[in-house]
Amino acid sequence: MNTIVLLACTGLGLGALYFLVASGLSLIFGLMDVLNFAHGALLSIGAYATWWAATEGGMGFWLAVLFGTVVGTAAAVLLELVLIRPLYARPRDQILATVGVGLALPALLMGVWGADARPFPQPEALAGTVRLLGAVVPVNRFVLMGAAVLVLLALRLFLARTRYGLIVRAGVEDRAMVTALGIDVRKAFTLVFAIGGAAAALGGALAGLYFGSVNPSQGTGLLVFAFVVVVMGGMGSVTGAAVASVAVGLVQQFANYYTAAGLGDLSVVVLLAVLLLVRPRGLTGRLA
Amino acid sequence: MTDHLKRWWPVGLLAVLLLAPYSALPLPGLLDGPLGSPGSLQLIALCLVYGALASGYDLLLGRTGLLSFGHALYFATGLYATDLAMLELGLGFVPAALFGVACSVALALLLGSVSLRVTGIGFSMVTLAFAQAGAILVQRNPGGLTGGEEGRSAPAEHLPDALVGIGNTANLYWIALAYLVLTLAVVHWTVSSPTGRVWAGIRENERRIEVLGLRPYGFKLVAFVVAGGLAGAGGVVHLLLTGGATPQAASSDATLALLVMVVLGGSGTRWGPLLGGVLYTWAAHRLGDLATSDAVGGLPGVLRVPLSQPLFLLGALFVAVVYLLPGGLAKLPARLRAGRAVRTLDVPAAPVTEGAA
Repeated sequence: MNTIVLLACTGLGLGALYFLVASGLSLIFGLMDVLNFAHGALLSIGAYATWWAATEGGMGFWLAVLFGTVVGTAAAVLLELVLIRPLYARPRDQILATVGVGLALPALLMGVWGADARPFPQPEALAGTVRLLGAVVPVNRFVLMGAAVLVLLALRLFLARTRYGLIVRAGVEDRAMVTALGIDVRKAFTLVFAIGGAAAALGGALAGLYFGSVNPSQGTGLLVFAFVVVVMGGMGSVTGAAVASVAVGLVQQFANYYTAAGLGDLSVVVLLAVLLLVRPRGLTGRLA
Repeated sequence: MTDHLKRWWPVGLLAVLLLAPYSALPLPGLLDGPLGSPGSLQLIALCLVYGALASGYDLLLGRTGLLSFGHALYFATGLYATDLAMLELGLGFVPAALFGVACSVALALLLGSVSLRVTGIGFSMVTLAFAQAGAILVQRNPGGLTGGEEGRSAPAEHLPDALVGIGNTANLYWIALAYLVLTLAVVHWTVSSPTGRVWAGIRENERRIEVLGLRPYGFKLVAFVVAGGLAGAGGVVHLLLTGGATPQAASSDATLALLVMVVLGGSGTRWGPLLGGVLYTWAAHRLGDLATSDAVGGLPGVLRVPLSQPLFLLGALFVAVVYLLPGGLAKLPARLRAGRAVRTLDVPAAPVTEGAA
């Protein structure tokens, strides 16, 4: 029982991390048809900015997380304005440009701070453990879950209740129609990139908490599972991404524990393959 | 005369490449030693292998319009399966190589048939997920088979004597060249076959192919399996050239590198992917040398840090090509001609025929 609770908490924490990365990815993809390969790099930027602010910048942990998120958001907006927008009429080239950025940015981080993992400063309040149903669970798992739930609620409120959320939702359904109605979708593009960048950077900051260290290739590694989550959840659906994140995180943790280490990652891919065979459109029935 | 030149230059180039091991021509800046030295031959052979791999990958990207992010998996399968067949099963090199290619083909058939169930970007993501699973499997070293981070070296005792040792680099070079010729022949032959015309149709408009009463799924699967088999054969040649299998071959960076090569050279053209593969491989090696050189070491940090990361330079170069050179290097002459024609206004722009076949 203890083990199951611990595995469930760790799996949910990991799922929360996946959701933070995948929600932005899913929105960007749904609205713009851009598979953002630089999304992992945005996560790494958030992680390194937080790490830098907390160690060399001398900020407190939460201020550092805020700083990392702001830097990641700024990087995402810059990416959209400078690199994505000029390629508006060439969707495939938009993807390719993000591939280039996704290669270059982690290499730059590696050049500045080296290839080795850097220990991530844990604030004392989050370094401890909590007893839950007999299991000893690290506190930071709950921080991750809380952050993911907050982001999910905020996104849902934004999409359902605000004017821009309406434009984004309509754009995900039918971009051509929204444009034909005279609405400038490009502002929505920048906004969605900013939201995605903020979520990814927050994910990066909290990934440092989860793994205890930051390294340049962390973002790319998480990005792959975020892709799996986006496909499984149905492209462009935030709720689908949330459900799929939980499923992927849990399957991975349980399989890693009860079978050999490493098989958890494989079982996630098997899960994806099975789902595609049964439901080629993902959980929510949306098609790419 | 110029028509003859245009028609026969590939044969001339092939002859030059075949004779390269007998030459002592120094190419300062381009290569470290003279042309025929083992070090230079090794680098040129690697360039040719990656040129061929990029050409094979372009069967998917440029010819059929399938953006696969998992092509390195089939390359790595050929590489590891061949090596393991020699190490663990004790097979000789030729049966092991056949086994390796067969494994690549079988895996491409299995995973292609699943991932092609989703179209567009979904397909890209699913291929990436499969390839990543492969990369993780290789890293985790199941049963001590793959050797994890260190990889496994090829067993010299199972290889033919003519393929072992630095003195035989020329033989390996010729094998790499043969693999390139084979790949180009397969690509050319399949693309000009009736199946290849359906591929071109799928690339332009998949819905129209369905309306014509054909099922794109089967045709796409054929492209996927042929490209996978070619990548597997490339893995075998790579194993010979580098004398072992390392996990970098299976990483997602390896697929992205292939993508960069194809786009750099020009996807969907006959010579573009080859050109891109050769240039990328050469640049990646020479940039690595540049990073450790004294000239870079003495620069201030703002310049030194980016210059010391080949991947940063290649990524930035790639973004630049996507922006400034749509169609890649292979389209450059046609663009220049078109630009000149527009300026003089009396010559009609030359139609872009290269690669449209």
